[in-house]
Amino acid sequence: MSKPILECYGLSKRYGNGFWALSNLNLSLERGQIVGLLGPNGSGKTTLIKLINDLLVPTEGGIHIDGRLPGVETKKIVSYLPERTYLSPSWKVQNLMDYFEDFYEDFKRERAEQMLKALGIERTARLRTLSKGTREKVQLIMVMSRDASLYILDEPIGGVDPAARDYILNTILTNYNENATILLSTHLIADIENILDRVLFLQNGQVVLNATVDEIRMKQKKSVDMLFREVFRC
Amino acid sequence: MTWHLDNDRPIYLQLMERIQMDIISGKYGPGDKLPSVRDLALEASVNPNTMQKALAELERVGLVYSQRTAGRFITEDEELMKNLKREQAAQYLEEFFTNMRHLGLQDEEIRTLFEEAMEGERE
Repeated sequence: MSKPILECYGLSKRYGNGFWALSNLNLSLERGQIVGLLGPNGSGKTTLIKLINDLLVPTEGGIHIDGRLPGVETKKIVSYLPERTYLSPSWKVQNLMDYFEDFYEDFKRERAEQMLKALGIERTARLRTLSKGTREKVQLIMVMSRDASLYILDEPIGGVDPAARDYILNTILTNYNENATILLSTHLIADIENILDRVLFLQNGQVVLNATVDEIRMKQKKSVDMLFREVFRC
Repeated sequence: MTWHLDNDRPIYLQLMERIQMDIISGKYGPGDKLPSVRDLALEASVNPNTMQKALAELERVGLVYSQRTAGRFITEDEELMKNLKREQAAQYLEEFFTNMRHLGLQDEEIRTLFEEAMEGERE
C-alpha cells in the first residue's frame, strides 16, 4: 500500500484574535478518491485548505503531503482552486495558459485548449469580458489540466447556475485520474453527492464524520445531504 | 443524460439495478461489450469507483464477465437472463397485487379489471 497522499496530525490553527479555527484535527486520505469536505460556515474548511496549500502555518501539529511538509515541492503535485479568484481581469485566456505552463511542469496545454474550444471560449478573450460562470469554468479548466496527485477545489460549484454546475462536475470526472485524490469543499451537497467516494464533516475545527457515501446511505437510509441537515441543524 | 438515482439508497446498488435492467430489456445483448467504467460513470454522472463496484458486483452474480485486456462483456448464459426477467416480472406483479389490495379489491374484481385492461391494450 502506498503512503497516503494527505496526512494531518494534531493539526491546530489559532488566529490572531484567539479563535481556534482547527483544533487537533487528524486525517489520512488515500490515493484515488474524490472526497467532499463539508461543514457549516466557520467550521474550518477554508483554513484546512489554506494550511494544505502552505498559505497559513499551523499553530500546532502538522501536515504531510505525499510524505512532505507543505512547501515548494508539494506545490508541484497539488493543484489548487481557491474560493476567490486571484487572476487579473485584464488577462487574456492565453496569458493564463502561458502562466500555468511556466509555473507547473505538469500542465497539459492541449487538454486545456481542447476544453476551452469545446466551450467556444476564444484564447484572445479577456477575463473581464467573460461572465462569472464562464470565468469559473476557465479557472477550473486550468486547475484540472494539470496532472497533479492532489486536487484541492474550494467551492468549485458555488455561485454558478445548475447547467454550469453539471459542466464543472463533468469536467472533474473526465479529467480525474484514478491515482489522484480530489478534495473539494462545498455547501451544495445534493449536487455533488453522486460523484464522491467519501465525505468529511467538519465541525468546530474537527472531523466529526469520515465515511463513504454508500456507507452513510446503507447505515442511515438517507442521503449525505439529509444527514448533514440533521447533524448541523441550526 | 444522467441516470435518475434515488438519494436514500446506496448508489452502487442502483447502478447495478439499472445495468441489470438494461441487460434484461435487451439494450445489451448476450456477449455484447459494456462501455468502459469511465464512460459509464460519465454517462451516469457518478464516481468511477462506485461504478467499478457496481460492475464488480454484477460480475460476482454472473451477469457480466471480464476479459483481462478486452473489457467487460454481458453473459451469454440465456438461462440466467430468463430467470432474471422472471424475477423482475414477479416483483412487478407483487407490487401490482399489493397496490390493488390496498384499494380494497378482491381477487375476482382484480381479475376482471385486469382482463378489461388487457382488452383495452389490444385495441
